[in-house]
Amino acid sequence: MSMTLPAVESGVQTKTNGAAAAAILSAGVGSILLAALTIISDISSGTKRLLEFYKPSGALSGVSTVTIIAWLFSWIALDLFWRKKSVSLKRINLISLILLLTSVLATFPPFAELFQ
Amino acid sequence: MRLGSRGPHTSEMVAMEITTRSLWTLIHGMGFGALYLLAVSGVLLALWQRWQPAPSTHAALTSDRFLKTYLVLMAALAWFSVLTGTYLIYPWYRFPAPAGTGNLAPYPRALLLASPSTSAWHTIGMEWKEHVAWLVPIAITTVAVIVLRYGADLVHYPELRTGLFTFVFGSLVAAAIAGFFGAMLNKEAPVNGGSTIRLVRGGSK
Repeated sequence: MSMTLPAVESGVQTKTNGAAAAAILSAGVGSILLAALTIISDISSGTKRLLEFYKPSGALSGVSTVTIIAWLFSWIALDLFWRKKSVSLKRINLISLILLLTSVLATFPPFAELFQ
Repeated sequence: MRLGSRGPHTSEMVAMEITTRSLWTLIHGMGFGALYLLAVSGVLLALWQRWQPAPSTHAALTSDRFLKTYLVLMAALAWFSVLTGTYLIYPWYRFPAPAGTGNLAPYPRALLLASPSTSAWHTIGMEWKEHVAWLVPIAITTVAVIVLRYGADLVHYPELRTGLFTFVFGSLVAAAIAGFFGAMLNKEAPVNGGSTIRLVRGGSK
């Protein structure tokens, strides 16, 4: 049995994968932060008021704005750190998948109510 | 034949109207949201093609340019959808009904919460939709930036392609949840109001 990789797989990787890993992990971080802020604003009326950046939209405006800023910030920070490195993408993918799935589940209101 | 002149109410004024709030809801849901959902299948196919042995250089370059443009447009759709939803439609939806108001139709949130048979459309449907939808622009912007950065080199990064698939699929799930509840909410308690736009001006028959 041949142990060589298919043509596509054996090609030369001319770039490090650190920039992609930074993008993928920060997306996972942004996703879980969205879920966390959603739950916190639900259980804490003080936080909810704080997150009402735009009154007509309520806390959703703050939850989404803080999430986007934190996501972009983590992306820039991780990118600066990993840009010239190659990291284990398998592990990064797995962590990000778990974070993404958890955030879809955690934003489901009956799940969020478990914390109340 | 005059447009809209047929039908059972031939003695009435025939017209087709829409309110500005309905129009914006339509743009948000059908123009941005539904179009995004349709576009996901295209990007899944394009990424899948990159699992295959590399095509000729010319063909690869052409399709890469197309994929990059396609993903940037998808990211724009996702951002327009959540921004119009959060800052335009949602304030109209949640505007509180004045005390003692009998007709709750102009106040969709209050209308849904007024009946036990519809309240969960708000407490579960809208509460989930408004938050989960924000995962979509995060996921697809990530995919778009990676494809812009790596382009044709993606064929040499199988694990990276797995990551891209994960986020495109994740965005599909989140957009489908938001789209489903958006459609159902608009069916149960439509966002209406604002000025009226007459789409078809008919005469009386």
